[in-house]
Amino acid sequence: MDLKEKLVSSFLAFENKGGLDLDSNVHDIRLKAIQNFEDEGFPSKKDEEWRYTNLKPLLKHDFSLFPITNDAVGFKNIKDYLINEIESYTLIFIDGVFSSFLSDTTHDECDVCVISSALTRPKYKMVIDNYFNTIAKENNSLSDLNTAFTKEGAFINIPKNTIVPKPIQILNFSTGSEKEVMLQPRNLVVVGENSHVQIIERHQNLSKNTTLTNSVTEIFVHKRAIVDYYKIQNDTENSSLIDSTFVSQKMQSVASVHTYSFGGKMTRNNLEFYQEGEHITSNLNGISILNNKQHVDNHTLVNHKFPNCESHELYKGIYADKSTGVFNGKVIVQQAAQKTNAFQQNNNILIDNGATINAKPQLEIFADDVKCSHGCTIGQLDEDALFYMQSRGIPKNEAIALLLYAFGNDVVEKIKIPQLKSRISKLIAENLGVNLGFEL
Amino acid sequence: MLEIKNLHAGIDDKNILNGINLSINAGEVHAIMGPNGSGKSTLSSVIAGNETYEVTEGDVLLDNKSLLELAPEERAHKGIFLSFQYPVEIPGVTTTNFIKTAINEKRKANGLEDLPAKDMLKLIREKSELLEMDRKFLSRSLNEGFSGGEKKRNEIFQMAMLEPKLAILDETDSGLDIDALKVVANGVNKLRSKDNAVVVITHYQRLLDYIVPDFVHVLHNGKIVKSGGKELALELEKKGYDWLK
Ligand SMILES: Nc1ncnc2c1ncn2[C@@H]1O[C@H](COP(=O)(O)OP(=O)(O)OP(=O)(O)O)[C@@H](O)[C@H]1O
Ligand SMILES: [Mg+2]
Repeated sequence: MDLKEKLVSSFLAFENKGGLDLDSNVHDIRLKAIQNFEDEGFPSKKDEEWRYTNLKPLLKHDFSLFPITNDAVGFKNIKDYLINEIESYTLIFIDGVFSSFLSDTTHDECDVCVISSALTRPKYKMVIDNYFNTIAKENNSLSDLNTAFTKEGAFINIPKNTIVPKPIQILNFSTGSEKEVMLQPRNLVVVGENSHVQIIERHQNLSKNTTLTNSVTEIFVHKRAIVDYYKIQNDTENSSLIDSTFVSQKMQSVASVHTYSFGGKMTRNNLEFYQEGEHITSNLNGISILNNKQHVDNHTLVNHKFPNCESHELYKGIYADKSTGVFNGKVIVQQAAQKTNAFQQNNNILIDNGATINAKPQLEIFADDVKCSHGCTIGQLDEDALFYMQSRGIPKNEAIALLLYAFGNDVVEKIKIPQLKSRISKLIAENLGVNLGFEL
Repeated sequence: MLEIKNLHAGIDDKNILNGINLSINAGEVHAIMGPNGSGKSTLSSVIAGNETYEVTEGDVLLDNKSLLELAPEERAHKGIFLSFQYPVEIPGVTTTNFIKTAINEKRKANGLEDLPAKDMLKLIREKSELLEMDRKFLSRSLNEGFSGGEKKRNEIFQMAMLEPKLAILDETDSGLDIDALKVVANGVNKLRSKDNAVVVITHYQRLLDYIVPDFVHVLHNGKIVKSGGKELALELEKKGYDWLK
C-alpha cells in the first residue's frame, strides 16, 4: 500500500478513534479535504510548482501516521532548542502530542494554547468557523491532507489592542519512538486590531529516525496589527519538512515571515500572503545555508489586491557540496492594486561545482501605476575579496566564512528579538564552520 | 630583510616578471617606478602571495626564509603588508570588525592572546586620529562606497594598526588630494623605524617629497632596468621613461 492509500484508508479510524466531534463544521471540512486529497494525491514533478522538488523518494517510507509518543522527554532533552534567554510563552509538542508539562500557555490577555481544545470548545466556535481553513484551502493537496488530519497544533488568538508581552515559541519535537514518523501539526493564529505578536517556530527531530512533517499555519492579521513570525529550520539529516504558511492581512497591518533554513534533508516552504486592504506591508525574508545533499525549496506568493500596499522580499542562499536550492517568487499585482510597491531580491552563492540553484521570479502585474522590481543573482565567492582579506592576515577559511556571513547578514539584521538574532548568528557561524570573534 | 632573487612570474602562458633582483634592508625606503603595465602591481601581489600568479623561477626571502610556499595570511602574520592599488569592497563587514579580526589573527599566529577590547579601542582611536579619519568610516562596511581617496586613507589606517615589518604601498598616492597626501605620508613616516622597511610604488615625484626614498628603481617589462638614489625620481619626472627602454 503506498502512502496515499495508507493515509486515505486511515482517515475513518482517525476521526472515530480520535474522539473528534463528528457533528461540527470541522468534520465537514475534514471530509472535503480528504476527498480533495484522494482526488489530487501528492504533487509530482509533472506539476509545474514541483518541478525541482521531488517528493517521490520520501513517499516510499512506511510512515507511522499516529506515532506513539515518548513520555520520557523532559526539559533537559529540549532546552537546547528553546531560546531560553528570553521570557516567552511556549507550546511544546512531542510526537504530535501537546505536552502541558513542558509548555507555558496563557488565557489571560490572549489565548496561547492548542488547537485541539479550540476545535471542540464552544467558546472558540466563532473563531474556528470564521478562520479555520479559510485560506489554506486553495487547491493544495498537501494542505488538504493536513486539514483532513488536523488534530493538534498551536492556537493563538490575540484580541484587539493587545501587545503580547513576550514572544511565543512553538516547538514540534519528534523523538524517534518509531522508525519512520509522519507528523502534521496545524497552527491557527488570529491577531486582532492594533495588536502585536512575535512567534518563533521550530521542528526538531531528537533521534536519527526518519521524520516527515507536513505543517500548515494560517495567520490572520487584522487592521494595524503587527506580526513577526520566525521559522528556524535546522533539523537533522533524516528530517524533511513541508511547511505551508498562509497569511491574510487587513488594512495597515504589517506581517513578516522569516525563514532560516540550515538543516534537514528536504525542506519545502510554501508561503502565501493575501492582502485584503490598503496600506498593508508584507515582508518575506529567508536565508538558506546548505551542504551535502540538502534541498530547500522556497515557494512564495504575494497577492496584491488593494492600492497603496507594499511587499519586500529578500531571500539569500549559500549552497555547498551537492546541495540544491529552489526559489520561486510569485508576485501578483491585481488591476485594482495601484501604487503598489513590490520588491523582490534573491541572491545566491554556489560554493561548489556540484551545488545548484533554480531561481524563478514570477511577476504578474495587471495595474499600471506600480513600482515593482526583482533581482536575482547567482555568484561564486569573490576571489579578489578573499585575497584582500588573506593579505591582511585573515586565514582563507575564516575569510570565506566572513564573506558568506556578511552576505547573509542583511537578512539576519531584520530580526527584531536580539536574543534570537544572536542565536541565529551563532547557527549561521556554526553552519559555516567558523568561530567569529564578534557579532556583525 | 627582503631578498628578491631572479623572480619570474606570470599568468597562464604570459610572463609578467622577467627576472627581478632586489634587496631591501631594515630601515630603508625603496621607490619603484615604471610605465603602466610594467609589472609593479604584479610584483607586489606576488610578494603578498596572490595565487593568481605563478612563480616560475627565482625566490622571495624574508629574513632568509622563502615566502613562496606560504599562504597570503601567513605572510601577513610575518609582517608583510600590501596597500592595494585598488582596495576591494567588503560589504557587510565593518572597518572596525575587519581590522579587529586581522589584528587578533596576527596575534594568534604569533602566539599572543587577543588584544583586550579596551586596548583595541584605544589603538583604533589613536591610529584613526593619526590619519585624521572621520569616525563614521569605522562603522561603515569596509571600503563600500568609499571614494578613491577614502579607500587609500583606510589602507594606511590598516597599515598603521598592523605595524608591518615590510609595507608595500601600491600607488597609495593616486586618488588622494594634496592635504590627504600629506596626512597619509605622515602616517607612513610615523611607522618608519630602523626595524622595518617601506616599498613605495608611484608614478609621481610628489609623494616622494614626503616619503623620501633611499633608493629608486625603474621597472620595465618585468625587469629592473635602472636603480639609483632619490635624484633618479626627479630625473624620471623630467625625462620620462623613453631613454631607459
Ligand atoms: N590577472 C591578470 N590577468 C591577465 N593579465 C594580467 C593580470 N595581472 C596583470 N596582468 C598583465 O601584466 C602586466 C603588468 O600588470 P601590472 O598591473 O603589474 O602593471 P603595473 O606596473 O602595476 O601598471 P600600472 O602602473 O598601470 O598600475 C600588464 O600587461 C597586465 O595586463
Ligand atoms: Mg599597478
